[in-house]
Amino acid sequence: MSAAAAIDTGSPADGRGALSSPLLKTELLSVRFGGLAALSEVNFQVARDEVRAVIGPNGAGKSTFFNCLTGVLRPTGGRIMFDGEEITGLRSNLISQKGIARSYQITNILPNASVLENVRIAAQSRRHAWNMFSHHDTFADINEKTEAALQAVGLLGKAHELAANLSHGEQRNLEIGIALATEPKLLCLDEPTAGMSAAETGETKELIRRIAKKLTILIVEHDMEVVMELCHRITVLHYGQILAEGTPQEIQDNPRVQEVYLKT
Amino acid sequence: MSTANGDAAAESATPLVRVDDVHTYYGKSHILHGVSLTVGRGEVVGLLGRNGVGKSTTLKTIMGLVQPSRGTVAFGGNAITGLPPHKLARMGIGYVPEDRRIFRLLTVMENLRTGLDRAGVGEDKRKALLDKVFAYFPVLAERRSQAGGTLSGGEQQMLAIARAMMLEPRIILLDEPTEGLMPRMVSQIGQIIEALHDEGIAILLVEQNVPLTLQASKRVYIMEKGLVRHHCAASEIDVNDAVIKQYLGV
Amino acid sequence: MGAIVEFLHSIPIDLLIIQTVNGIVTGMILALVASGLTLIFGIMDVVNFAHGELFMLGAYMGVIAFAVTGNFWLALVLAALIIGLFGAALQIVTLRPLIGRDPLNTILATFGVSLVLQNYALWQFGPVARKMSEPIGAEFTLFYLQYPWYRIVIAVLSGAIIGALWLFLKFSKFGVWIRATTQDRVMAQAMGIPVPLVYTGVFALGAAMAAASGVLFAPFGGVDSSMGLQWVLEAFIVVVVGGMGNLAGSIVAAIFISLLEAYAAVWLNPSQAVIVSFVVLILTLLFRPTGLFATPK
Repeated sequence: MSAAAAIDTGSPADGRGALSSPLLKTELLSVRFGGLAALSEVNFQVARDEVRAVIGPNGAGKSTFFNCLTGVLRPTGGRIMFDGEEITGLRSNLISQKGIARSYQITNILPNASVLENVRIAAQSRRHAWNMFSHHDTFADINEKTEAALQAVGLLGKAHELAANLSHGEQRNLEIGIALATEPKLLCLDEPTAGMSAAETGETKELIRRIAKKLTILIVEHDMEVVMELCHRITVLHYGQILAEGTPQEIQDNPRVQEVYLKT
Repeated sequence: MSTANGDAAAESATPLVRVDDVHTYYGKSHILHGVSLTVGRGEVVGLLGRNGVGKSTTLKTIMGLVQPSRGTVAFGGNAITGLPPHKLARMGIGYVPEDRRIFRLLTVMENLRTGLDRAGVGEDKRKALLDKVFAYFPVLAERRSQAGGTLSGGEQQMLAIARAMMLEPRIILLDEPTEGLMPRMVSQIGQIIEALHDEGIAILLVEQNVPLTLQASKRVYIMEKGLVRHHCAASEIDVNDAVIKQYLGV
Repeated sequence: MGAIVEFLHSIPIDLLIIQTVNGIVTGMILALVASGLTLIFGIMDVVNFAHGELFMLGAYMGVIAFAVTGNFWLALVLAALIIGLFGAALQIVTLRPLIGRDPLNTILATFGVSLVLQNYALWQFGPVARKMSEPIGAEFTLFYLQYPWYRIVIAVLSGAIIGALWLFLKFSKFGVWIRATTQDRVMAQAMGIPVPLVYTGVFALGAAMAAASGVLFAPFGGVDSSMGLQWVLEAFIVVVVGGMGNLAGSIVAAIFISLLEAYAAVWLNPSQAVIVSFVVLILTLLFRPTGLFATPK
C-alpha cells in the first residue's frame, strides 16, 4: 500500500471535480468578533479531488475561515457541511476524526521524537487502541500507514532522525506527513511554504502535486507561483467575503482582484 | 540594479543606513536570505512585497530587535549590527511597528514621554517638540490625558509616529502604516510622510499599498522570499507594470 | 436567645480593638515587604526568594548604622540605601544573565542566593539575636494597655513609603519607564528606554523597601539571621492573595490577612493563629486564583 509515484493530476485549469457533489460546503458562514465581521455569510464549496487555494490580502479572513473548518473557532452564524454531514461547531478532535486534517503555519512537530514516531502517533489516532499492552510495533496496519505517509513526503529515508535535526523545509514537509497519516479526505494546508527558500518551495510544490492525486486540498498561500501552478481553482477573500472565484487564469485577469491586492 | 539618477550628492555620500547581505532566522526558519539595501540621508525609500517575504523582519533587523546570523547593518557609516535596540533609538533610529504597539495603559502624553524624557532635552526643546507634534496631529493634543488603548486605530497610528518623532530621529522605519486604516486616512499618511521628508528625516517605508509607496518614495525595493528582487527609482515604474504584477499582484 | 446574648457579652470588645490596631500595624509592615516583592514580580517576572534575606540584612544594617550614628531615622535611610545598592549588584550578577531564560532558572537562582545570605549572616553576626531600641519610647493608654506610640509611627511610615512609591510610579520619568517596560518590553527598548537598567533599578527599589521594613521591625522582635523566613512566607501569601503584580491588591491583602490573624489570636494561641493566612491562601487559590483583587494588566 505504498503511495504511488508522481502521477499527473491533470492540468490545473481543466475544471476537474465540478460534476461530483461537493466534499465541503459552507452556507452563510459568519464569524463576528464583537462589532467586527471576520467572515460575512460565506457560501463556499469545494469538490472532491480538487486543489483549491484561498487567497486574499491581510485581514481578509483566511485564518478565520480555516479555523472554522477545523473546529478551532466556533462560527457565529451559518453551517458547514462535510461529506454530507453537518459539522458546524464540532470540536477539533471530532472534526479530525471525520477526515479533515490540517497543517499549521508555525511548525507543530514533536522535536524530541523521531520522524517516524511523529507520524506514527498521528496514524494511531485513527484507531481506538484500547490494547495498551502490545508493543506498538505489532500494529501492522499503523506501520504501513506511517511508511506510506513518510514516503509521500519524501522523508522515509530519514525515518529515524530526530525531528529537531531536520532542516526547516523538511520539518514543514514532516508536518504535512503527520496530517497525511490520518488518511484525511480533506487536507488543509496553512501557508505550507512560509519561511522557505526558493529551492525548498519548489520541493514542497512537487510534494503537494504528488499527494494531490487522491486527496482534496485547501491551501492558504501568499506565494502566487505555488498557487497558480498547483491549483485547479482559487477563491479570493476580502474583508470576510468572497470577492472572486475561478481558475488561476480567470483570477489573474480579474481587474478587481488586482486592485484589491495593489490597493489602487 | 542601478540606483536612481536623481540626487548625485546622495549617491556619492555614505548612505544613512546600509544593510549588507543580511541573513536572519526565527529559530530554524530562514526568513532573510541575504538582503542588501541602502537609504540615503533624508531619502524616502519604499520596500514592497507580499505577506511573509521578510519586509518586517528587515526592519526589525535594522532596529536590533532580531540579530542577523550573517551580514552587517551600518548607520551613518558606523557598524551597528548587534547593538541593543535602546542604543539605536538613542542614536536616531525611530521605529513604528506594524501593529503600532502603543503603550495602551499609558496616556497619550506618557506615550510621548517615553521618547521625550531623555538626556539632552531641556525645557525649551521639550516644548518645541511637543508643539511640533501637536501641530502635526491636533487630535493627539485633544486626547493627551486619555489612555492610549482608548484611541481609534487611526489615532493610534498617529500616536505611534508622533512617539517616534520624540526621539528626533534621522530615520524612521515605518512598517505598513496604512494597514487597517480607512481609505481617507491613507492620503493623510501620505501627507505625513511628505512632511517628515521636508524636515530632512529619512524614511524606510514598508508597504503593500503600491500607489502610496510609488508616490511617496524616491526609490523602491521589491522583496520576494527573503531577497531583494528588484530595485529602481519610483518614477521608473507605475502600478500597472509587469514587475509590480509579478511580485505584488496575483 | 439567652445563649446569643451571653456569647455577645463574652466578646472582649476592648481586646478586639487592641488587636485591630496590632493587626493594622503588622499589616502595614507586611504590606511594605510584599509591595517590594510584587513590584519585582510584576515588572521583571522574577519570583524573588531572597526577599526575606534582604529584609534581614536591612535589619542588621540598621543595627550597625544605629550603633555608628546613634540616630534611628538616619540608620533607616542608610540601611535602605546600602541594601538597595546591594540588591542592584545582586541583580546584575545573578539575574541579568538569566533574562529571557526559563523562569525556573530565576527561582533557583534567588533561592540559592537566599541560602547563601542566611548563612553569611549567621557566620558574620553570630547566632545571638541583636536588639535595637525603639526611637520613640512614649506610650499612650489604650484600654488597659500602655500602647507604644512607635507602633503607630511604623504603620504611618510604611503607608507613607508605599504612597511615595505609588507617586513615583505614576508621575516620575522612571515611573513612566517602568510602566512602559512592564507593558511592552520590546517597544520600550525601541523607544530608547534602557530596559536592563530599569530591571536593575526595580530590583534595587524592592530590596530597599524590604530593608526599610526590616529596620522598622527590628525594635519589635530583635534581629537574627532567620527572621526573614517567616516574613517572606507571609509576604508570598499576600502577593498571591492580592494578585501578583498588583500593588494596591497586596496592601489590602496584607492588612486583611494580618487583621484576621490578630483576631484569631484572641481565641487561639499565636502559633495557631498563623493558620488563618494559609486558609485564606487556599481559599483564594481555589476560587480566585489570579488574586482577590487582580486587575488585568
